[in-house]
Amino acid sequence: MLETIWFLLWGILWAVYFMLDGYDLGLGTLAPFIARNDNEKRVIYNSMGPFWDANEVWLITAGGVTFAAFPTTYAVMFSALYTPLLLLLFALIIRAVALEFRSKEDNEAWHKLWDVCHFVGSFVPALLLGVAFANIFKGIPIDQEGIFHGNLLTLLNPYGLLGGVLFVLLFLVHGGLWLAIKAEGDLEKRAAKAASGIWLILLIVAVVFLGATWFATNLYANYLSNPILLIIPLVTVLALLATRFFIGQMAFWKAWFASSLTIVGATLFGVVGLYPNLFPSSLNAAYSLTIYNSSSSPLTLKIMLGVALTFVPIVIVYQIWSYYVFRGKVTKDDLASDEAY
Amino acid sequence: MDAVTLSRLQFAVATYFHFLFVPLTLGLSLLVAIMETQYVRTGIEEYKRMAKFWGKLFVINFAIGVVTGITLEFQFGTNWSRYSKYVGDIFGSLLAIEATVAFFLESTFIGVWIFGWNRLSPKAHAACIWIVAAASNISAYWILTANSWMQHPVGYVIRNGRAELSDFWAIVTQPYAILMFLHVLSAAYILAGFFVMGVSAYHLIRKQELSFFKRSFRMAATFTVIFALGEILVGDIHGKEMMKYQPTKAAAAESVWKTTQGAPMYLFVIPDEANQRNKVEILGIPKLLSWVALGDPEGVYRGLKEWPKQERPPVAITFWSFRIMVGLGMLFALISVIAWLKRKNPENSPGFLKLLIYCIPLPYIALTLGWTVTEVGRQPWIVYGMMKTSDAASAVDATQVGLSLAAFVIIYSLLGIACFYLLIKNARKGPVPIPALDR
Ligand code: HDD
Ligand code: HEM
Ligand code: HEM
Repeated sequence: MLETIWFLLWGILWAVYFMLDGYDLGLGTLAPFIARNDNEKRVIYNSMGPFWDANEVWLITAGGVTFAAFPTTYAVMFSALYTPLLLLLFALIIRAVALEFRSKEDNEAWHKLWDVCHFVGSFVPALLLGVAFANIFKGIPIDQEGIFHGNLLTLLNPYGLLGGVLFVLLFLVHGGLWLAIKAEGDLEKRAAKAASGIWLILLIVAVVFLGATWFATNLYANYLSNPILLIIPLVTVLALLATRFFIGQMAFWKAWFASSLTIVGATLFGVVGLYPNLFPSSLNAAYSLTIYNSSSSPLTLKIMLGVALTFVPIVIVYQIWSYYVFRGKVTKDDLASDEAY
Repeated sequence: MDAVTLSRLQFAVATYFHFLFVPLTLGLSLLVAIMETQYVRTGIEEYKRMAKFWGKLFVINFAIGVVTGITLEFQFGTNWSRYSKYVGDIFGSLLAIEATVAFFLESTFIGVWIFGWNRLSPKAHAACIWIVAAASNISAYWILTANSWMQHPVGYVIRNGRAELSDFWAIVTQPYAILMFLHVLSAAYILAGFFVMGVSAYHLIRKQELSFFKRSFRMAATFTVIFALGEILVGDIHGKEMMKYQPTKAAAAESVWKTTQGAPMYLFVIPDEANQRNKVEILGIPKLLSWVALGDPEGVYRGLKEWPKQERPPVAITFWSFRIMVGLGMLFALISVIAWLKRKNPENSPGFLKLLIYCIPLPYIALTLGWTVTEVGRQPWIVYGMMKTSDAASAVDATQVGLSLAAFVIIYSLLGIACFYLLIKNARKGPVPIPALDR
């Protein structure tokens, strides 16, 4: 029971991370294609300025919780995914530094350098996270010692790449909508247009991905034995459609929430399909890491549950407050302040 | 080189680099919080300018601290997977708690603080930086508890082929953790104090913004002297604790080979590891070592020869790091007392101010050496007495680790250069002139 609760919490932490940092990563990827001048670039940077760091901590917590609740999975997953994981981390490093350092020097070459870093540091994580999760859905070639038999190319199989593309598209729409919320005038319109254009490609890729999932993975097994669970993919698809509907209405906050629901739903669709596996082996189902053979002791799980149930709600309250403080568009005044990016 | 050695190197590069930025974050957040509180209390504009100027340096430094922390969090899985499997039940939970209780607070409120000058009341805005400072220090507590557990494991049982938690309270309240917390925090505050004094000295020598930098200097001097003196006290207790729990580290730190009753302290020693003796030992003060380390001049100080060679840490590195750290600690106490005495009119002692500029790197060196004593002195154990470092690494191939190590070195060097460039540039530029601020 404790293990199952932790499994769900684990899935939710990842989902919240994708929902929050998803818009940063998507917008960072979109930025070079949508910003026409330095001012527009600065609107983009400042639209995520107060939030990106807090968003990223959801990743740290998801990683930390994997370590605390399922240490064996943490150990095997991260050593098996050694190279992609470090690439992801390096990318996140240069993104964060780009955000913080770009505005600290008035010089065009300096700005260009960090713009490139910001793009790479946003696109690479979006892609790699998708590739990694698709591969986990599919199963990873690990033996009973948890040793990985493969290399980076093993992970870059068609289904894995499809997962990567799906994530990038999800985040692009999500980021485009964030910009539509935060920008004014022409940039706002272009952002909305980009979001609706990419939405169409996303729809196609999502359908292909759901189909490919049937052939490449075992995810549907849980859904077939428990049809009530099909509500998760159903809600996800409805949310995806609602996203487009609200873009059409120029209701960008609503569209952004619908897009958030899509991302959370897509993540939970995969996570629930995995249950009770956390890290399935493609060599032999008996080598898979499950919530039973990789979890912490009951005492640790209980203490951690106490910590999580006390602090995560508090975190949610003050994070919502911070979004409330910085509600509204990024204005000229915001850009003129000393501290602005 | 094998994967273990490469992983050790990589971990060392990553932690040392992280810890170049952490202490300034810990100390400067507190100083900035005090400055902004003074602004709220007194309404003197200069305090606001101080909070903004030092706050800018704080933010530049903070960014690198954050990003280098993330790679550490994940390296336990990537490079030390056997370690993670074996002790994750305990160690993992401490890291997860750190993230939930501290990192969220820190990262959310730093965002609000940086961008919120015009959106919050002055009081609420000052509260934000206090929360950031508190959260950084809380985060230090949890990570240091985790590290202390590696130095002196408590509150566990070996069950199901791994270390499982049996007493959470024992882990988070063990004296080792509390001492390490006090020692590292004081060290961080010393570093931040010297940083602020050094930068202020640079401007005072040039007679720029005199009142601004005198105020900064005075605040930093008082702050520093408290912790520089306190550090000697805490360090002394910490040493006694080390003696109790990690006798091999203590023996290496003093380069004592033969078990001695009433051991003397030599002011000058050169260890000779190959021949298991000291090449040079001069200026001995009888019984002092036993007295300092054991609290008893007649106490028995255990020498390295009591343990087989493969259970001893590298002696020379541990010894020199310890000596220089302690020496620097004494120096900091001396300099900070002088600075405190001169705090009212520092601009009258240009020679001393110049010295303070050159002192900025010294606390960095002391902190780095301190960690070297702690981590290298713990070898060959990764968890003292429980698990050897050589049994802890992941089964990943060495090429992969070699490549990632190269990537770490290159990327971190570039980041370091960019960060120190910005810090130095902004520190030299001084605060934003008054009219621009009122815009
Ligand atoms: C004594 C203090 C101390 C020590 C020994 C360490 N750290 Fe650290 N760490 C901090 C004190 C700190 C901090 C002061 O709280 C930082 C520095 C800058 C910051 O944002 O928070 C931080 C940042 C930081 C972050 C980013 C948090 C964020 O995004 O806000 C992570 C993930 C870690 N650390 C993880 C680690 C790990 C895994 C360590 C052990 C090997 C470690 N730190 C050693
Ligand atoms: C609480 C935080 C820390 C934890 C949990 C921790 C844990 C570890 C681990 C797992 C290793 C690898 C095994 C080994 O080679 O010993 C290690 C080694 C090392 N750590 Fe730490 N460490 C921490 C903080 C630091 C800091 C802040 C520094 C320095 C700035 C540091 C310096 C080193 C060095 C130099 C090594 C390599 C020692 C050697 O291999 O001989 N550690 N530590
Ligand atoms: C002045 C006298 C000092 C004494 C007697 C002293 C003593 C010690 C001892 C015994 C340890 C090793 C603890 C262990 O591993 O068991 C240690 C570690 C350390 N020292 Fe010092 N120290 C002094 C000054 C300083 C100063 C001035 C700094 C930095 C500004 C510093 C920074 C550190 C750090 C970062 C560690 C590693 C973390 C820890 O184990 O607490 N120390 N010190």
